[in-house]
Amino acid sequence: MREVMTGNYASAYGAKLARAEVIAAYPITPQTSIVEKLAEFVSTGELRAKFIPVESEHSAMAACIAAETAGARTYTATSSHGLTLMHEVLIWASGARLPIVMTNVSRAMAPPWNVWVDHMDSIAQRDTGWLQFFCQSNQEVLDTIIMAYKICESARVMLPAMIIEDAFILSHTSEPVDVPDQKLVDSFLPPYSPELKLEVGKAMGFGSLVKPDQYMEFRYKAMEAMTSAHDRVLVVEREFKDVFGREHGGLLERYRCEDAEVVLVAAGSVAGTAKDVVDALRAKGQMVGLARIRAFRPFPEQEFKALASKVAGMAVLDRSYTFGAAGAMFTEVKASVYSNQKRPVLKNYIAGLGGRDITPKIIEKIFEDISVISRRGIEDEVEWVEVAGLPRRWK
Amino acid sequence: MGKVTIPEEEFTFPGSTGCPGCGANLVMRYLLKGLGERTILSIPACCWAVMPGYWPSNCLKVPLLYTAFEATGAAISGLRAALDVKGIEGVTVVGFAGDGGTVDIGLQSMSGAAERRTDAIYVMYDNEAYMNTGIQRSGSTPWGAWTTTTPVGSTHGFKHESKKDIMAIMQAHRIPYAATVSVAHPEDFVKKVRKAKEIKGFRFIHALSPCPPGWRMSPMHGVEVARLAVETHMFPLYEIENGKVVITRKGKGLPITEYTKFQGRFSHLTNEEIASIQRTIDWSWQNLLAKEASGT
Amino acid sequence: MTKSYEEIPLTPISNTPSTVNLTGLWRVVKPVVDKSMCKKCTICWKYCPDAAIKLIDGEPVIDLLYCKGCGICSFECPAKCIVMVKEG
Repeated sequence: MREVMTGNYASAYGAKLARAEVIAAYPITPQTSIVEKLAEFVSTGELRAKFIPVESEHSAMAACIAAETAGARTYTATSSHGLTLMHEVLIWASGARLPIVMTNVSRAMAPPWNVWVDHMDSIAQRDTGWLQFFCQSNQEVLDTIIMAYKICESARVMLPAMIIEDAFILSHTSEPVDVPDQKLVDSFLPPYSPELKLEVGKAMGFGSLVKPDQYMEFRYKAMEAMTSAHDRVLVVEREFKDVFGREHGGLLERYRCEDAEVVLVAAGSVAGTAKDVVDALRAKGQMVGLARIRAFRPFPEQEFKALASKVAGMAVLDRSYTFGAAGAMFTEVKASVYSNQKRPVLKNYIAGLGGRDITPKIIEKIFEDISVISRRGIEDEVEWVEVAGLPRRWK
Repeated sequence: MGKVTIPEEEFTFPGSTGCPGCGANLVMRYLLKGLGERTILSIPACCWAVMPGYWPSNCLKVPLLYTAFEATGAAISGLRAALDVKGIEGVTVVGFAGDGGTVDIGLQSMSGAAERRTDAIYVMYDNEAYMNTGIQRSGSTPWGAWTTTTPVGSTHGFKHESKKDIMAIMQAHRIPYAATVSVAHPEDFVKKVRKAKEIKGFRFIHALSPCPPGWRMSPMHGVEVARLAVETHMFPLYEIENGKVVITRKGKGLPITEYTKFQGRFSHLTNEEIASIQRTIDWSWQNLLAKEASGT
Repeated sequence: MTKSYEEIPLTPISNTPSTVNLTGLWRVVKPVVDKSMCKKCTICWKYCPDAAIKLIDGEPVIDLLYCKGCGICSFECPAKCIVMVKEG
């Protein structure tokens, strides 16, 4: 069924098709329509699940953790302050090795209050042990939720995943989305049946107390799981393509990068705009490309190493800032190419915070800038885009 | 020769790492005797998160989920939802938390679980301070008590705030059943637990849990102090069933000095301060009697 | 009880009875029962926080591997037949 729908509805359909069994969520702009749609599905019986209207996001995640430990497939959704409120229990969910799937509608943090798109909330969770997928389109949101359950529930992974939608640009903007048939999804995604779960009559304690002489081994095992998640993402995407006929680029989607001299690295909906700019510049003969970070965790290190050895310059666009160091994506890209023999010029562009529009004109100027400095050499490694008072003109 | 007056079967193993004379050990022991095998427990950060022992030691014979400190209300909601969606019936879901994890940091999630009429029993074992972290004051610490964060010092300090009335808070949530229990009255304890087990919806059990190190008392008085708490009306035994107060043990109304004399945490109090506590206790008791008489 | 890498599960799951913890080693005083005075009322069994007292033919048998010496049984015994004596 092909329908025009918002990213939020795509999330709700994704969770419904994945047959989520327990949904515990708390409303926050701009996630609210996900939760409302799911409540509607449950009320009509279209989705056979228990919906818990919890009293906070922290409780939403804690309820999902409990339900998942008892063997139910869970789903929740949140945004910015809700996500950061959950921080304690996000780490708990991954430490407990529970394959919970969540949509985060990435939105700026207060103060100042701002409900528009910004990746700071999502980036601030990069150390929690969750897989993180940044989506470019509403179709990708729906598809990635279904794929995430399959990736995360596999025995070698067993980690939670967050699917990130840009606030308002994806969450509230309608696009045509192909909603697959339930039977097809069932053939792709079997029911959740963990080996170990809370069961009546079985005297087992989950999440016990461990001394220093044993704790590290649990973290090591989680690290191994995150490492194997890299390949698992690729395998599951191939399987998805076989069944549904589409894919979204693996962990790092390379758009026209094969013979590019300079590439823009970006994540989220801005990558869609950037692809149009790449096409326009290519038509004028410029050798540019776009590398879209689809999975920020696990970080596509190998993919970046390979790409970096072929290009002269990489412009990394961060839609967030880490207060005291450069943008997170820039820092991680830079670290991943450190050991390369051949290293491109790397520059960080901080843009689009608090929902400020990243226009095609801006992206063109970024390509222009990175092309120049990849030949001339770099001065400032980090540049904030279109901020009042700064010398460069972006309009 | 005596007959056992509470179920004989044990659902806890010896070897728990609770302190000698720990009231919380008795609370769990009586609770599980009343509930039986088809029980799932959720325990947040508190003394009881440590008492089963280091991994892989477990002193419980029922399944257990350890959770974050403030999350008990949310965890029992999630557990019940999972059991329901899987069609697993006849299981008692229990949230077992300390006073800190209930009246302070855990209040929000418990209130949410109660408001949603979550089908679970919430047991608060009340040792009247944050004992697991070393005897710091909580909202449940009684007026006058010494704790490490309400030290006596040279300014004659102690906790100057009253104990939060969690039973009144639960009554305001209009839950079907709430009850106070004491480790010195195990028959009453088990009877109330069994009653709670048969009721659907959110049920609350407030268990007084004497703590020898925290209350500065000899471990051998662990049960006697709970007995005196009831007899002096410091901790009356009553139920609130469908909003109505029913006192289950009148108690002799002994002077509270009978209770405080065993506990070093009250030893700094002057006669005037003890008298003011006595007045407050007398007033609370009359209040409770009035509630019972008026059918509220 | 340290487990090897292979034995370590996904998440710490506690399923070994706590009887591995010999809490009897904590004691500084231990209960001594005068069986001649014992009325087999079972009250000591009822109040032991550690379930370290078993009833065998109605008679209390204190498991000294686990008894922490708290003294509650001694204090509660109506016949006053349990005395706490210094360990060692």
